[in-house]
Amino acid sequence: MSEKNMTMPAEPLQENNNQPAAEPGKDEVLRLENITMQFGGVVAINNLSLKVDRGEIVALIGPNGAGKTTAFNCITGVYEPTNGIVYFHGKPIVVNHPQGKMAKQYGGINGDLYKNRKPVVHTPDKITHMGIARTFQNIRLFKSQTAFENVLIGTHLRRTSNMFTAAFRLNAKEEKANREKAMNLLEIVGLAEVADELATSLPYGKQRRLEIARALATDPTLLLLDEPAAGMNPQETDELGEFIVDIKNRFDLTVFMIEHHMNLVMDISDRIYVLDFGKQIAEGTPEEIQKNPVVIAAYLGVDEE
Amino acid sequence: MNQKKSKKPMIITLVLVAAIYIGVFIAEQTMPATSMLFTVLKKGATYALVAVSMNLLNGFTGIFSLGQAGFMLVGAYVYGIFTIPVAQRAAVYQYFDGGVIQFTVPVIIAMIFAGLAAAFFAFLIGLPVLRLKSDYLAIATLGFAEIIRAIFQWNGLGPVTNGSNMLRSFPSFNDFNIVGADGKVAVYLSTLIPFIMSGVCILLIVLLINSSYGRALKAIRDDEVAAEAMGINLAHHKRLAFCVSSFFAGVGGAMLAMYQTTVQAKSFTSAMTYEILLIVVIGGIGSVTGSVLSSFLFVACSEWWLRFLDEQQMIGDFQVPLLRNGFRLVVFSVIIMIVVLFFRRGIMGDKELPDLLSRRSKSKGRAVK
Repeated sequence: MSEKNMTMPAEPLQENNNQPAAEPGKDEVLRLENITMQFGGVVAINNLSLKVDRGEIVALIGPNGAGKTTAFNCITGVYEPTNGIVYFHGKPIVVNHPQGKMAKQYGGINGDLYKNRKPVVHTPDKITHMGIARTFQNIRLFKSQTAFENVLIGTHLRRTSNMFTAAFRLNAKEEKANREKAMNLLEIVGLAEVADELATSLPYGKQRRLEIARALATDPTLLLLDEPAAGMNPQETDELGEFIVDIKNRFDLTVFMIEHHMNLVMDISDRIYVLDFGKQIAEGTPEEIQKNPVVIAAYLGVDEE
Repeated sequence: MNQKKSKKPMIITLVLVAAIYIGVFIAEQTMPATSMLFTVLKKGATYALVAVSMNLLNGFTGIFSLGQAGFMLVGAYVYGIFTIPVAQRAAVYQYFDGGVIQFTVPVIIAMIFAGLAAAFFAFLIGLPVLRLKSDYLAIATLGFAEIIRAIFQWNGLGPVTNGSNMLRSFPSFNDFNIVGADGKVAVYLSTLIPFIMSGVCILLIVLLINSSYGRALKAIRDDEVAAEAMGINLAHHKRLAFCVSSFFAGVGGAMLAMYQTTVQAKSFTSAMTYEILLIVVIGGIGSVTGSVLSSFLFVACSEWWLRFLDEQQMIGDFQVPLLRNGFRLVVFSVIIMIVVLFFRRGIMGDKELPDLLSRRSKSKGRAVK
């Protein structure tokens, strides 16, 4: 792995907008092109293409097992998609085409499209470094650490110190700035008074907020939220909606989220993509999606008769 | 939190540590040098360093490695090889024409060499091995320790390692005593010096643990996937922890060489790793204080307090049954089983001394782990 990248200060990612992308000139943050993810014989996502523009809140919805979290994992580098390209600010961060054994048993479509492109793979930490932060469907906080420490860990990746300067406290200035930033983030998400509590001792809703604060500590331009309202009651869900809009404006973020709570999705999303059995079945504004017969069929089932 | 955090527990801790050092110094000047206490303190200080270095890996980073004896062996040998006085080399390397290395370096430099050599081995072995998880990693590192033990005994390396013969005549702890003009020891330092060596190294480890890097290591221990999503480069940080841990294991090996006054590869068995693992578990996985305390307890028990179990004891005319050579280990095993069954979190859990001193416990929920 290249340590070089880790010690480098964060690149101003917006500059990459000037690079020639497939669709230049747009304020495009994220674009997936023909992403297919195949596990053995199972095609979890088939030829998914979508895009998220700057400042948007875009939702990805679909029934259970539709491949939504798999899509997130493909974007963040947890999985290596079998085929397709992920662009981030116009720069390809993931490129792959079916290779080796997979070339024979490839079950998706457009398998030849990127044959001549060199595969690009990044580990999740690199992708976070580029400016994509995420939360997890089943909360993954650092169990043995306090809320404050959890957020503080998020500041580690933008460090300029190395092991020696950190151990000998030669980075006191940076450390102090990081601590202030972490405390500031906790205040913004309303968890300042529980900063010293163990992360896992917090109630569920606060853990969700803490996860978002931790993700924000990595200075993202794109925030991926995986079911942020899971397990929340309607009132908490409403508050969360306002909260997401608030942090989006405050940090100049773009938000791409997976969510099951339709009220939340319809309230705050600018656009919605619908997945079913790994395929994109619809795209549009909340109003369009609500009226779309294909979406209704996918959610409620079709009468066979 | 850190604005609120009082500095008091920290100061009390420092005062306590300073008091221990002064106590050691005074005891050394006043008590007979042959007292068992000093043997325990010297070996305890050595084991404390090695245990803390193992804790850095097993307790703080969540990498279950069993290669500690191997890295200690590397450290002990490097120290021995570089510090045997040139005049003594012909006698030590009697089967290898005095060996190939015909110079010595100062003790402190040799100790740093010892650490660097161990860290270098860790770097090499870490390239393939750190890709493995939990048990597999443990087995691989255990294998490394065994292989390195065999290699160091190989006759082909004899001119450097003295083959399977022991290295000796290098400076030991007793050489730190300041001898007066009359040939008698004027100031005893043979226990204080290992305390200082060990203390400095443990301080460095504690500083690392409490830095940004330490937090990253703990994050990896708690949840690798989340740590990676937070931008922490897993391979880089694991390798870092592995090399730092091995560096200090190497320094600990050098100290063990000084304690034993001789070095022989065959004594660095996997049993030694298990002893250290035991110390870490008894002390509390993830607690530096615990590792240090249990090192001294462990060494005191095995070298001193439980020695009587190995000899026949008579109470009046009654001969106590079962007491014979080897019974000590039986008792020891029972104690370990009790600890593992009933005190699973060890003496300290994952708390440190300052945590205990600050009255408000920040870890209410930690019991369930």
